[in-house]
Amino acid sequence: MAHGARRDCPELPDFSLLKRLARDQLIYLLEQLPGKKDLFIEPDLMSPLDRIANVSTLKQHEVDKLYKVEYKPVISTSDQLCFLIRPRIQTVKWICDVANADKAAGKFRRYKIIFTPQKFYSCEAVLEEQGIIGDVTTDEWSFYLLPLDDDIISLELPEFFRDNFLSGDQRWVRTAGSALHLLHSLYGPFSKIYGIGRCSKMAYESWREQVAEGEQRAQNAEIGKVFLIDRDVDFVTPLCSQVVYEGLVDDIFRIKCGCVEFGPEVTSSDKSMKVMLNSQDKVFNEIRNEHFSNVFGFLSQKARNLQTAYDKRRGMDIKQMRTFVSEELKGLKQEHRLLSLHIGASESIMKKKTKQDFQEMLKTEHSLLEGFEIRESISFIEEHINRQVSMIESLRLLCLLSITENGLLPKDFRSLKAQYLQSYGIDHLLTFANLRQLGLLVEQQPGETLAAMESKVGKLVNDKTAGKLTDAFSSLARKSHFRALSRKLNLVPKSDEEYDLRVPRDMAYIFSGAYVPLSCKLVEQVLDRDGWTGLEEVTRLLNGHEFAVTGNNGADSKAKSDAQRIVLVMFLGGCTFSEISALRFLGRERGYKFIVVTTAITNSSRIIESLLDNHV
Amino acid sequence: MSFITANWNPLGEAFYRKTELYEMSWSLRDGLRDSLVAAAPYGGPIALLREPHRRSPSSRPQLEIYSASGVSIASFPWKSGPVVQVGWTVSDELLLVQEDGSVLIYDIFGTFKRHFSMGQEVVQSQVLEAQVFHSPYGTGVAIVTGSSRFTLATNIDDLKLRRLPEVPGLQGKPICWLVLTQDRQTKVLLSTGPDLYILDNTSCTAVSPPGLCPQAGSIVHMSVSFSYKYLALLTDTGHLWTGPSHLQDKLNEVDTKNTKPPQQMVWCRRPKSQQPSVVLLWDKLLMVVGVCQDNIQFPIEEPCVLVGELDGVRILSSSQQDLLQEVPLVCQEIFKIASMAPGALLLEAHREYQKSSQKADEYLREIKEQSMLGEAVRQCVEAAGHEYDSNTQKDLLRAASFGKCFLTDFSPDPFVLTCRELRVLNSVRESSVGLPLTHTQFKQMTQQVLIDRLVYRQFYPIAIEICRYLKIPDYQGVSRVLKHWASCKVQQKDLTDEAIARAVCVKVGDSPGVSYSHIAAKAYECGRTELAIKLLDFEARSGEQVPLLLKMKRSQLALSKAVESGDTDLVYTVVTYLKNEMNRGDFFMTLRNQPVALSLYRQFCKLQEQETLKDLYNQDDDHQELANYHVTASYREKRLDSRLSLLQSAVDEYNKAKNDFSAKATEDEMRLLRFQRKLDDEKGAGLLGLSVQATLEALLALGLHKQAEQLYRDFRVPDKRYWWLKVKSLVEKEEWEELEKFSKSKKSPIGYLAFVDICMKSNNKYEAKKYVSKVTLEQKVRAHLAVSDLEGAADAAIERKNESEMATVLSRCSASDRLVIDRLSRAATAGKK
Repeated sequence: MAHGARRDCPELPDFSLLKRLARDQLIYLLEQLPGKKDLFIEPDLMSPLDRIANVSTLKQHEVDKLYKVEYKPVISTSDQLCFLIRPRIQTVKWICDVANADKAAGKFRRYKIIFTPQKFYSCEAVLEEQGIIGDVTTDEWSFYLLPLDDDIISLELPEFFRDNFLSGDQRWVRTAGSALHLLHSLYGPFSKIYGIGRCSKMAYESWREQVAEGEQRAQNAEIGKVFLIDRDVDFVTPLCSQVVYEGLVDDIFRIKCGCVEFGPEVTSSDKSMKVMLNSQDKVFNEIRNEHFSNVFGFLSQKARNLQTAYDKRRGMDIKQMRTFVSEELKGLKQEHRLLSLHIGASESIMKKKTKQDFQEMLKTEHSLLEGFEIRESISFIEEHINRQVSMIESLRLLCLLSITENGLLPKDFRSLKAQYLQSYGIDHLLTFANLRQLGLLVEQQPGETLAAMESKVGKLVNDKTAGKLTDAFSSLARKSHFRALSRKLNLVPKSDEEYDLRVPRDMAYIFSGAYVPLSCKLVEQVLDRDGWTGLEEVTRLLNGHEFAVTGNNGADSKAKSDAQRIVLVMFLGGCTFSEISALRFLGRERGYKFIVVTTAITNSSRIIESLLDNHV
Repeated sequence: MSFITANWNPLGEAFYRKTELYEMSWSLRDGLRDSLVAAAPYGGPIALLREPHRRSPSSRPQLEIYSASGVSIASFPWKSGPVVQVGWTVSDELLLVQEDGSVLIYDIFGTFKRHFSMGQEVVQSQVLEAQVFHSPYGTGVAIVTGSSRFTLATNIDDLKLRRLPEVPGLQGKPICWLVLTQDRQTKVLLSTGPDLYILDNTSCTAVSPPGLCPQAGSIVHMSVSFSYKYLALLTDTGHLWTGPSHLQDKLNEVDTKNTKPPQQMVWCRRPKSQQPSVVLLWDKLLMVVGVCQDNIQFPIEEPCVLVGELDGVRILSSSQQDLLQEVPLVCQEIFKIASMAPGALLLEAHREYQKSSQKADEYLREIKEQSMLGEAVRQCVEAAGHEYDSNTQKDLLRAASFGKCFLTDFSPDPFVLTCRELRVLNSVRESSVGLPLTHTQFKQMTQQVLIDRLVYRQFYPIAIEICRYLKIPDYQGVSRVLKHWASCKVQQKDLTDEAIARAVCVKVGDSPGVSYSHIAAKAYECGRTELAIKLLDFEARSGEQVPLLLKMKRSQLALSKAVESGDTDLVYTVVTYLKNEMNRGDFFMTLRNQPVALSLYRQFCKLQEQETLKDLYNQDDDHQELANYHVTASYREKRLDSRLSLLQSAVDEYNKAKNDFSAKATEDEMRLLRFQRKLDDEKGAGLLGLSVQATLEALLALGLHKQAEQLYRDFRVPDKRYWWLKVKSLVEKEEWEELEKFSKSKKSPIGYLAFVDICMKSNNKYEAKKYVSKVTLEQKVRAHLAVSDLEGAADAAIERKNESEMATVLSRCSASDRLVIDRLSRAATAGKK
């Protein structure tokens, strides 16, 4: 990285412990079913499982064959079937079908379902309803947290976002609470907990409850502060195009569980290749947080250095040569390989992103963020829809327009939607209903504010029910106050100044200097102020539910230990790589180390895709 | 002080003393005559069944329960069948064994708890005799029936009846019998007169006590020690045989010179006994027979009952209660006349010290010379524990404390602990509480059990005081007492719900380990639902509230509590329960008031019960969702007409929801579907289900321009979209002439740069160039650049005097484009001037 880290940055806790714990428990669970068995794994658990226990470990514990859960009849011949699944009704129903089919065929097998990270009552209800609760044994693999990198931990629960924010199904909240509890019991006690958002508050309460139930061992805190934030507090940030290297790679190639598959166009061979992207990759580690415009310069510099290192060979005697080969060459080769991969990836990105359309799209995004030239932006979006550029991107731009403008004018709202339906089919009516419910794509209500509505309702019914009603209505009346927030928190830097992307001066660099991510700005402000004091107006605009609680170990918090500068930021509903880059930048500036815990890594496409309801 | 040895009676090497425990507070009209008496060990309660043989309904036997000090706890007429035996369980419950083999269990307050039967066959043959016994497994009952068969239940809380094998030659009941517990087996020892048998699960073995002289005669009485280790057998000639209960050995044989069978015979031992003895009770005589040939005799004035204890025998009469025990060795050493034991000297030294006599120093010196001061203190502390009289206790403890002053590193713990425990013991020995526990018994039963017993007898204040005084952790101490207190409090019928709830809350507060839901469950059990609900409000853990609320049929409340808890599994439990309990309408109404539960249930229905989902929306008049539901459903339909009818329902619902946009869009879709179907039928175009855009594309690709035109007009496709599509399609099909014609049909709504771009995309520079001239001025540079005409671009840029455009052109120039570069730089400098 171009800018050196502050020397007093504390060390990060060792999160590999989480993996070891998960692996030991899984092995224990597998051994609960002695003898050879076939293991069926939920597809989206494949990659996380791979990071915990590889195939040979599984085989050691008498797993015979591995299958992916595909909702098809099983062909296994084993008389013991083990299912490793997420607690989803659909999967449980499939297992019921499997068991019932065996019964009908007079086949006797033992079934064991391992739910991870926990089982839900509804799953057991399905087992009961289908009459096979007596035939299966169930267990829980409390694999809550997967460390993706030194400072990123994921719950790997992408459905958290839709279930919680769209469907109002709060069953994952307790899971989040348990994850927090696990971190607290291993790396706590936390001395200060901040948070904003309804879900954050509930997760916090669930965690508190679990702390009260269990006993706390006295130990040295490794993590001092915790910040919980709901994804719906800030939709703008994840909806913007990412321009930092890691974010771009995610947007274009899709990083899955810390691993990316580069196609032939990147590897410059006829095979595609899976590459782990984390701090172990020296080249990647240095460019992941860089604005894309710097990446090429950096890579070419790196290539030159590499060449010099290779060149050292010349004029070596035999002895020097031997040490060179045995000590340095392997590292150089490795670096060489990585370098050529990232150059390939960058080229591929360049090809896609330096086109006119992308530049114009960025320009539109920036105007939306700034609130200038809205008409032009709307025409751009209209053209985007009409030209059938991308189903997801068009929706993304529509949402961005709606949030930044606090809803669309009725005329635009109707015409843009109608055009979109013409482009992609009427089933997107349902998608629009979802977006509206989340407040992502709404119509401007003339003169209707939440407060006005509340008072209207308040007149009709007594106070208590009014609270409930506003809760129920809040999604309908959910308003974005982006413009006001942006002014209050100074999210959009003045555009007349030149922004040198090579020497970033604030977190805005992750969006080419056009916008400071709201989520990260909140973290910065709250840490600076040690609470929400002075941010009352902001929290009001964000719909409240903020909290700041001092942990029960008051004495410890006074000690200005290193742990106090380790801050855990938990995103409920997912976070983007850009946000992580911004927090890393903030950490370097202020001498913090941030650990990002998220329900899943997300980006604009993942968010929009999770809200689609079309039936293609 | 010298009187201490006054009631000591020598027996061999040891001494026995009889200490008065209580003047009994009861006033029994007929003394203990004609009653079945049962007194529980460890200072337990006393039960009396007076005149048990009365049978007529007009005069019933009376059942009375007293504390050990004779305070009446309960009394009521016995209305059930004739009782053979009365006994207490280890947890102070009263057992009454009836003639017909049923056993009734009462609590200490005379409340009926439950009953069980000793077997069906007993009803016929009747119980002749029964015994209640205690073993490591709990409390057991043994009976012998009219058919001379024994039946055992080793633990009444885990009832397993065992019928023992037949005893050869036994008619009616044996002369005497008892239950032995050894080697984890329960056996019966019985005497038929000449023969002695041991009965176990499978066999009946004849045994003979080793060394019993053949002239001794047949065994008429037997007794086993408190620990089941020793056995005493009495023959009809008055010979008393003692030995270990496995009958392998003999301790002693004494002739009591009394051939009359005694009323009771009980072992009197203590741990580390020097001279264990057997106490025999006749009408007017109490005889203590030791292992040596000695005995002690006490005259008796009124009927008595003996109660065997761990470390002695309690003698119960209608007027008083005594404890007969061997004097513990340490007490002997201290109080024996002219004893020179260190403890005795220390006690003396302290006495002299109190008199301010210098002799104190002499005594102390004497102990110190033998360096026995530590031992002396220890003796005094230990002896204090064994003394019943509080003055003696004080003397001994003061002496110990005095001695301690002269010791440097002597652990104060035993002293402090003994002081504490004695205070506790003294307080529970009070007649009003009536638990005459010795220190040895207390140690054996543990403080936990003592508190349990106090709680069981509802002595809550003293129990709490003791917990606090002994510093028992709240969880096991005060909280437990409070829990019991509260459970008992809620049963008080004379108080209002409000008052009880308040009282409970004030006392219990948030003591750790007290579960309000537990208390509430108790309240509900006694039929006080309202109180239970009030109490549940104090429960912090919602998970605990919900199951009880459901049990009480307060489902609405249960639901809101579950929602508050944030535990969706809990919410779901309630929802499932409600679904089964309520009719559909009420169920939906309930859900309606709980958005969290509703969305949870909706999620479930989406996956499991689509139809229910529709009903839910219907109930709520949620037309918007209902319409969406129909749209979703339409995609699952294969047939066009059912699809259309579903969409029509969606239109209706959208209209009801006043969502005219969606209604219109759905209508359009229906129109589109019909249009597509028509073309599919006519031309086999395969359009059904495509979007407007895709349909247009398909039509243009098929060359159905007219139909495309019609669609474009009918569906008000924006001009721009149509033009984009058409241009793209024409270029793709390389219909250049058509394209040119189209470009001239009217002014392009998408400009002409699009034409250039699209042509270039299919690499046709020649065609592209045709449209460069038509491009607007602003886009000229880009158009020229698109067809890589640098000169043209440069001209256009210079013409427009636009610096940034010039720079763009410049950046595209390579070294070979010298001319252009020169022109541009000239223009740039000119511009700057």
